[in-house]
Amino acid sequence: MSSTVIEIVRQNGEETEVVRRAVHEHPLVVRLCHWVNAIALFVMVGSGLQIFRAFPSFGAKIPQKDLLQWPKAFAIGGWLGGALQWHLTFMWIYIATGFVYLGYQLFSGNYRQVLFTHRDVPGVWPMVKHYFFFGPKPEQREAYNPLQKHAYTTVIILGVLSVLTGFAVWKPVQCSWLAWMMGGFHWARLLHFLVMWAILAFVFGHLVMVLLHGWDNLVSMLTGWKKDPEY
Amino acid sequence: MDQEHRNDDRIEEPEKVEKPSVVAGDSKPADAVSAVPKPPQSMAERKALRTGIHEADFSRLSRRELLKVAPVLVLGAFAVPSLQELLLRRGLGFSDWASKQLFRRGHFAPTFRDSELTPFERFPINDYDIDDPGVIYENWTLTVSGAVQKPGEYRLAQIQALPRTRQNTRHVCVEGWDVIGRFGGARLSDFLAMIGADTSARFITVGCADDYYESLDMETALHPQTLLCYEMYDQPLTREHGAPLRLNIPTQIGYKQAKYLTDLKVTNVLDKIGYWEDQGYSSFYGL
Repeated sequence: MSSTVIEIVRQNGEETEVVRRAVHEHPLVVRLCHWVNAIALFVMVGSGLQIFRAFPSFGAKIPQKDLLQWPKAFAIGGWLGGALQWHLTFMWIYIATGFVYLGYQLFSGNYRQVLFTHRDVPGVWPMVKHYFFFGPKPEQREAYNPLQKHAYTTVIILGVLSVLTGFAVWKPVQCSWLAWMMGGFHWARLLHFLVMWAILAFVFGHLVMVLLHGWDNLVSMLTGWKKDPEY
Repeated sequence: MDQEHRNDDRIEEPEKVEKPSVVAGDSKPADAVSAVPKPPQSMAERKALRTGIHEADFSRLSRRELLKVAPVLVLGAFAVPSLQELLLRRGLGFSDWASKQLFRRGHFAPTFRDSELTPFERFPINDYDIDDPGVIYENWTLTVSGAVQKPGEYRLAQIQALPRTRQNTRHVCVEGWDVIGRFGGARLSDFLAMIGADTSARFITVGCADDYYESLDMETALHPQTLLCYEMYDQPLTREHGAPLRLNIPTQIGYKQAKYLTDLKVTNVLDKIGYWEDQGYSSFYGL
């Protein structure tokens, strides 16, 4: 593992006492991608919901059966054209962070910290018991427990899907093979919408966990250093 | 690595601490032993000291690392009202440029079976103003101008005399809805050949009876699926759908498919792009 552990020491007269430990969890590239992507995702969802307001349905245009009247106050762009400008601008930032992140993780080997593999499977159930059924806390051996790895791996796949479904909606002719795989423009648009809600479900869980456990986690995504790691 | 550099400095610290005790110690062997740093017993401890860092230094390190993430705040420029419009215009411009790169001359929009057609009565009628601008068919002509050898007034019969193409293609509205319709008409490329258009010119612009206006890049105009459409569902175009002549461009978004055409111009310069584009929509919304 690439993480570096250091001990934070305090000088007490002649004694050097170790006060806490810290581990370097997040390389700068990952931290930058995280925050840029967080902002881009916020704009993509906000403007996407404004775009959705123009035709809040997945059925026929005639007769139109609205699915959801999303309030304008919780959307970005003000009108369809404005929202499209935000969406078509930030999608490049969103895609760029995705490429930089995936490329970095792959070539640095840092992906091992996040990627959920078959080795993580046995650890899933104890973690579920701990989180949801008051089970004992399993020993933490690395930066992320199996459920965290599962969540992060899933959301990265969802991120890729959000881009692919988005391209099928934006370019159903030039990327007709992509749209075809999703059942055509009509279904691609629905999938794009569903992927958004799946990502939002992750974001919700992510924020709840940060609120519950996480000042040190939040700081680590800013400075790279996690204080008092459990492993 | 950065922090290891710092750690090298730290290594000296414990030795400095222990030096005084060596100096202060008397000649008794037992004392000397206790004063000497204990290398073998404390391998782990030494390792810890190697990687140790003082609290203040760690705070400084953290702050420096935090500052490295600060460039993210550049995105805050999008929140500045005076910059926002410019940045979004640039972003949209980049998207339009990318759209144009993605366009392939020989790539066809998917076509559909008759059984997949949206029934005619469920084909939406979308216009920005009125369903029927009151075109008088008998007097109708298409006024052709610009970089063409044969400018002038063209009658519907002349357009209908060109080979007829019928296609079942998807019509996608920028709002998000889509329908599969059946369109019939003459290829715009055939018409451009008939009027002797300079196809090295960059744009085709059209004007409409309801004062709607649009423009097309030459590549899209020459695409075999781009039609001067006078039929829908094998019937003459109805007034609400743009009679007597409209555009059908399956490789482009709905607002490009102008209805009630009255004027067509071949040009290299655009003073306006299109009714919706000039209000902030994509100027090249290729599907």
